Amino acid sequence: MTNTPIRSPLSASAVAGLKKRYRSESLYRRLGLGAICASLGFLAFLLASILQQGGGAFFKTEIRFDITAEAQMDAEGDAFILLRTTLRNSLQGANTRAARRQAYALAGADAEEQLQAILNGTQSTGATPGDPMPFSIWLSASDEVDFAVKSGLVNLMETDAQNIGQTRLTTTQLNWLAKLESDGEIRTPFNLGFLTNGDSRDAERAGLGGAIMGSLFTLMLCFVTSFFVGVMAAVYLEEFAPKNLFTAFLEVNINNLASVPSIIFGLLGLAIFLNMFGMPRSSSLVGGMVLALMTLPTVIIASRVSLQSVPPSIREAALALGATRIQAVFHHVVPLALPGMLTGAILGMARALGETAPLLMIGMVAFIADPPSSVLDPAAALPVQVFLWSDSPERAFAEKTSGAILVLILFLILMNGAAIMLRKKFEKKW
Amino acid sequence: MPNHHIVQAFDAELETLDALIAQMGFMAQKQQEKALNCFLAHDKEAAKKVRDDDEKLDACERHINAHATQIFARRQPVAADLRTVVASFKIAGDLERIGDHAKNMAKRTKRVGDIPILAEVSGSLRKISRLVETMISDVIKAFTSRDAGLALAVLDQDEAVDLLHKCLISDLLSHMKTDTASIAAGTEILFAVKNIERIGDHATNIAEQVYYIVTGRQADEGDGAA
Amino acid sequence: MVNPMNLQSHSPMPTGITGFPIAAGASTEVAQNIRITAKDVSVSYGDLRALKSIDLDIAENRVTALIGPSGCGKSTFLRCINRMNDLIPSCQVSGEIKLSGHDIYGPEVDVEVLRRHVGMVFQKPNPFPKTIYDNVAYGPRIHGLAGSKGELDAIVEKSLKRAGLFDEVKDRLDRLGTSLSGGQQQRLCIARAIAIEPEVILMDEPCSALDPIATAKIEELIDELKQRYTIVIVTHSMQQAARVSDYTAYFHLGELVERGDTNRIFTSPQHAKTEAYISGRIG
Repeated sequence: MTNTPIRSPLSASAVAGLKKRYRSESLYRRLGLGAICASLGFLAFLLASILQQGGGAFFKTEIRFDITAEAQMDAEGDAFILLRTTLRNSLQGANTRAARRQAYALAGADAEEQLQAILNGTQSTGATPGDPMPFSIWLSASDEVDFAVKSGLVNLMETDAQNIGQTRLTTTQLNWLAKLESDGEIRTPFNLGFLTNGDSRDAERAGLGGAIMGSLFTLMLCFVTSFFVGVMAAVYLEEFAPKNLFTAFLEVNINNLASVPSIIFGLLGLAIFLNMFGMPRSSSLVGGMVLALMTLPTVIIASRVSLQSVPPSIREAALALGATRIQAVFHHVVPLALPGMLTGAILGMARALGETAPLLMIGMVAFIADPPSSVLDPAAALPVQVFLWSDSPERAFAEKTSGAILVLILFLILMNGAAIMLRKKFEKKW
Repeated sequence: MPNHHIVQAFDAELETLDALIAQMGFMAQKQQEKALNCFLAHDKEAAKKVRDDDEKLDACERHINAHATQIFARRQPVAADLRTVVASFKIAGDLERIGDHAKNMAKRTKRVGDIPILAEVSGSLRKISRLVETMISDVIKAFTSRDAGLALAVLDQDEAVDLLHKCLISDLLSHMKTDTASIAAGTEILFAVKNIERIGDHATNIAEQVYYIVTGRQADEGDGAA
Repeated sequence: MVNPMNLQSHSPMPTGITGFPIAAGASTEVAQNIRITAKDVSVSYGDLRALKSIDLDIAENRVTALIGPSGCGKSTFLRCINRMNDLIPSCQVSGEIKLSGHDIYGPEVDVEVLRRHVGMVFQKPNPFPKTIYDNVAYGPRIHGLAGSKGELDAIVEKSLKRAGLFDEVKDRLDRLGTSLSGGQQQRLCIARAIAIEPEVILMDEPCSALDPIATAKIEELIDELKQRYTIVIVTHSMQQAARVSDYTAYFHLGELVERGDTNRIFTSPQHAKTEAYISGRIG
């Protein structure tokens, strides 16, 4: 045998048009990479701007005041008087009526409640009402102060500060704050109240507690309803229903429902749950059910796909052993399809979590100050809270809005993460 | 039934096998013809040629066996193909034996010499030899054309050969009884006749194989079975 | 279950009928009991007639191979025997199939009970994604064949032993059945099928996904299993049919062209179509 020489050199130039193909291939690859970079860039920009705007919502400004025994004696257990006395005394030059008013304006709306709690003995200071002891306390500052401190305006002149931050604080107030800050009497600790408080007209008091609870109740209800109804519907359609015109019709309708605008479901909920059944308005119960209606098609479609992906050989194996259809499905097929079903349901939940429009229709947009304690209580939901706050005129609510969006995004990330974990954990290989 | 395998190489191999057997059959028949001719003509040169040529037949048999073995190993033949390949071994063996008998007869050429007794039976000898030669060529034809009827006809011819053989033997014996001097040569002729008769038997064997190849039944099972 | 089909008490079958022409002179086959009788069985999927009036007897404790080109109806026929065809809505079966004398398409028959008596092994090994133990124990569990854990253990062990798998997996019965090799998985499926003590085992191309060594092991196993069970095997490998079966039936375009002793079918088939198919000619 002699080696026949390769007839042409092994380079791209030997084949007509090959270089061109290579060029277009690399072009497509770069275009794809560019698209991903662009979308990542938009996402990063969005997240960064929200973080920058909303990060502050998780912290609140507090000012430390020394409460003297004399002031306590004078106040005679009235937090309102005690607060004003303390503010007057602590801030130099708060003598005139105007200056006093400016001093009072530094304290936040809930500062009085903080003091009252101490005076009522609900918060231990070691003192008794009858025998006042001097103590110092971190009182929350007003939203204007909060804004000024977080924006670093306290050391500026009034005019500069107003130019930069459009603050309404006066030079006097700014000077007080500058002094307090240099004395270390101002701090900005983590604002737990933002996550636990109910909604409020006062920005420094307003929290997401109600919205989070409302969302949790709503989602739990939505999950329970849509998952079980959806899975059973999918199992029936996929495993038992005869393939005829009626089921084909059903299938088309389910697919259509999945793309119906969510507000339609809100209208449906309004008409049926509220008007027809007279269920409590604004409650998580109705919200959950409306969202369940909305996610149901998604869950059914995801569950059916997941059932279809279970190889028919598994069903045949069980049936050939003499298992009934029900046994084959529930012993073998559903357990194998469950991870996929759960993933679908959780992704549906994630969509429901971010849904505002249907909740507006059933009255979950109302101002609700107390976090709900049951599914029947009126409640807000996270996206609705975002919607509500974004409408508020006070500037401090802008920060709150972004903060609420951050919380919403965090929940979404958690849910999607849970979906991936569930899939990894229960996924069976064969 | 379609005649072509999906694997064409298999067809080619089976065709080669057929061709080899046909060629070997032709060679065997020629050997017999030549052997008889030199036997009758006391042509020692030709006899030697016949003896030497037997080696070619042996080689041909080895070739057929190797080829058939390869078909087994590579194609796992079934049904008619299986029967063909299996029968090929036997047919090649029978043809080789035919060659041996022809060689044997050729060997006797020098021992027979020119004796009158030979002249007297030479006619019958030629007749039985021609019969046997026809049988060989017919059976090969039956093989190549897969003709069961022809194979059965060959089986029938064997009876004629046997009959002639018996007559020849008794003729020779009576010759030898009257002319005791011819006993030595007569015995040689006797053996030659026996050789020819054996060749007929081998042709019969081949005919049975051909019948088996074509019908899947043994010839003695009867031909009426549906 | 209401009115279960009483398949366990075998009615005495007339002996001396084989249904198969015995190759003259070539077979020493003694006349066999017939376990399954198919009479005039036709199957259609909608307008498509997949099987046309099949008459076929299947002998007890013998391996019957169904061969034929794709779409010839051999798998369809196999699936008629345990009524797996019932799963296909458009599938219509007519005619009569009797298992030990009982019409399996009779009105009082529960398919679950039928399938307990007619096991099946599929083309692709399909163990449940559960442990080896659970795979084998599933059938006995749903049929309530074991009264206690000990009995179930015994059934699992016996079945794995009969499937020739026990020694390979006895230390890892709690491992996933899907973690085994292809050949082991198929033997696990056989163990699973025999755990419910069927009378008949149907095999639908059981070796088509396996390598030659695993195939040989399955074939050896089939040879052992026929002592106890009646086996019907569909195979695309004619060599396999020739190796493992006692009887062979050749299907072509929904018709049963020829059936008979495997030895005879593979040496001298009587029908030209059979001959063309098994010898690899264009048919």
